[in-house]
Amino acid sequence: MFVTGYIMTVGLFIPCYVNQFYPDAAKATLQLLQKLGVEVVYPAKQTCCGQPMANSGFAHLTSDCDALFIQNFAEFDYIVAPSASCVLHVKDHLHSAENEGKAEGIRGKIYELVEFLTDVLKIEKLDAVFPHKVGIHHSCHGLRGLYLSQMTELNAAPFSKPQQLLNMVSGLEQVSLDRPDECCGFGGTFCVAEEAVSVKMGKDRVTDHSKNGAEYITSSDLSCLMHLEGILHRNKSKVKVVHIAEILNATV
Amino acid sequence: MKQTETKDHAGLAEDFIKDEERVNWHDGALWYIREKRDIASKQIPEWEALREAASQIKNNVISNLHDYLLQFEANLTKNGVKVHWANNADEHNAIVYSILKAKGITEMVKSKSMLTEECHLNEYLEERGIGVINSDLGEYIQQLDNEPPSHIVLPCIHKRKEEIGELFHEHLGTEKGLSDPTLLTRVARKHLRNVFLTRRGALTGVNFAVAETGEYVVCTNEGNADMGAHLSEVQIASMGLEKIIPQKKHLSVFLRLLARSATGQPITIYSSHYKKPREGQEMHLILVDAGRTRQLGRTDFRNSLKCIKCGGCMNTCPVYRKSGGLSYHNTISGPIGAILAPNLDMKKHADLPYASTLCGSCSNVCPVKINIHEQLYKWRQVIVKEGYAANTKALGMKAMAWTLASPEKFSTAGKAGRWFLHNIPFVVNNKFNPWYKQREMPEGPKESFAEWYAKNEK
Repeated sequence: MFVTGYIMTVGLFIPCYVNQFYPDAAKATLQLLQKLGVEVVYPAKQTCCGQPMANSGFAHLTSDCDALFIQNFAEFDYIVAPSASCVLHVKDHLHSAENEGKAEGIRGKIYELVEFLTDVLKIEKLDAVFPHKVGIHHSCHGLRGLYLSQMTELNAAPFSKPQQLLNMVSGLEQVSLDRPDECCGFGGTFCVAEEAVSVKMGKDRVTDHSKNGAEYITSSDLSCLMHLEGILHRNKSKVKVVHIAEILNATV
Repeated sequence: MKQTETKDHAGLAEDFIKDEERVNWHDGALWYIREKRDIASKQIPEWEALREAASQIKNNVISNLHDYLLQFEANLTKNGVKVHWANNADEHNAIVYSILKAKGITEMVKSKSMLTEECHLNEYLEERGIGVINSDLGEYIQQLDNEPPSHIVLPCIHKRKEEIGELFHEHLGTEKGLSDPTLLTRVARKHLRNVFLTRRGALTGVNFAVAETGEYVVCTNEGNADMGAHLSEVQIASMGLEKIIPQKKHLSVFLRLLARSATGQPITIYSSHYKKPREGQEMHLILVDAGRTRQLGRTDFRNSLKCIKCGGCMNTCPVYRKSGGLSYHNTISGPIGAILAPNLDMKKHADLPYASTLCGSCSNVCPVKINIHEQLYKWRQVIVKEGYAANTKALGMKAMAWTLASPEKFSTAGKAGRWFLHNIPFVVNNKFNPWYKQREMPEGPKESFAEWYAKNEK
């Protein structure tokens, strides 16, 4: 798989809330990368990318977060995270007064898991099995920030990296949605600051998936899934959420 | 106007959402228009190139506004149009009043103009004894209801046809319970026809002003601008400084983009060019600043002035569709309103840049490629730095909980876990927690990934 014969070392960036609430997605990311022959290191002192503060208007308070991120991740060949949103934040906003060169390096070598698999490892097959009907929730930061898929607003050729990977999973059936790339309403602090709108947006996304027959909603962002899961659980829905890493790492 | 402004966007949106059936219908109607826009834009292979061309033409305009405005003024004057300059809403309103007063006009008909809404012209004139009738059907309905427009292209999109029937029953004497849109439109048409025939003064907005020729173009689907203007003794046009385009040929770019982006139509039914007064008619054009040059001076936000007011960002915005235009408590609502409004009054509109998930769909539909969602992010930084974060009640403490996440607190995984349980707004399981109101908490696992990794992978 690696033309250079050089085994790359990947720094695994597990966003704060994934670490605390969704360790299974983090484990799946680690195991999947290991299965594909990548050496993975998880720097123990990592914390947060600073996005929650920055998106609330407090970007000027994130310099300590940025410095710590650089300290943890500057030395790796690549940095991979199972979260499009956090990756986009680092790509767009990681800076350093003292180490701008290192910050720039990180901005160029940080990847969300899906794009790392399709664009860096360029995998063409997977041994994964997931015999279920699955709806893809495109997170806005993955879609319109990292261009993981073509955006429906544009007059441009379609493509979808998550779909490309899910097509390699045995037994998995992808469901089509009425609104394939509408925002779920999580939006960081928006989810509590604009609670009513956030929940209404989430409810409508969930309905789109369930009425089109999805058993699972998957995404490359757990923040969206955490919000959708909260709504599904409250409404005692049978539809479940699952991070795409867990599907791609699933065997039986 | 009916609307009170004691609540912020989150509060007004919550009120709107209480009627879920209305929200579903409002959301569906606007999504339908977004879909029509998608179909129309995808029928033109050069769509993205057109957007790029429009963006560049507008970049040129806002970079050379001074020269284009003087050229436009010179050509207007040559064509026999009287030019006025207004620094702000009051000056604009006073100019309109003085023009009408000089002719002894006490009633005026007005086609759609968001600028005059922004200036509160109707109220100003009515206080001075001059009656104004809005001739755009949607604005006419909003005027009957004493409510501002909720959408720049579809002013009464938030109203059900039954509610419009009720308004017509009350104000125009239609039969109670009549709600057939065609019949209601006929009634409005009859009333407006009489207005057109009797009003001596007519005011229109301006969609595009051509510096090269001194003409201006007004786009409508109803022909109401033409009806007013053609029958008037005094024709007034009010325009924001940014509405200039350099040459007539550039209209071929903008007219193709405007209606497709707005409603999915290939072009507006009427694209009317006004250049010279008829014999015996007076024509006036008022160029209005009202904060535009201040926005021009803000590097990060100046390109918001490229906006051609198609409303495409509103139709695609999920927050707009679920919360309704009036929840933005500003003349221009939706994503574009949220980046224009803080320039006008940062304190009053501090909540608007937060009325977004930063999903970015607005920037993708924008026909002149304004980076709307990036500007929303940047406005948040400005609002916090200028000390107005406290005005966004909804943000307040909740955002601070996040902000307190200093790296020291995260120094070990164990500490991080405890920090999370105490500080993340949606973890605290009680009725004051907005997350828990309609959503379950994430189920806490036995151990964090960091803890698992320390045990298993080292």
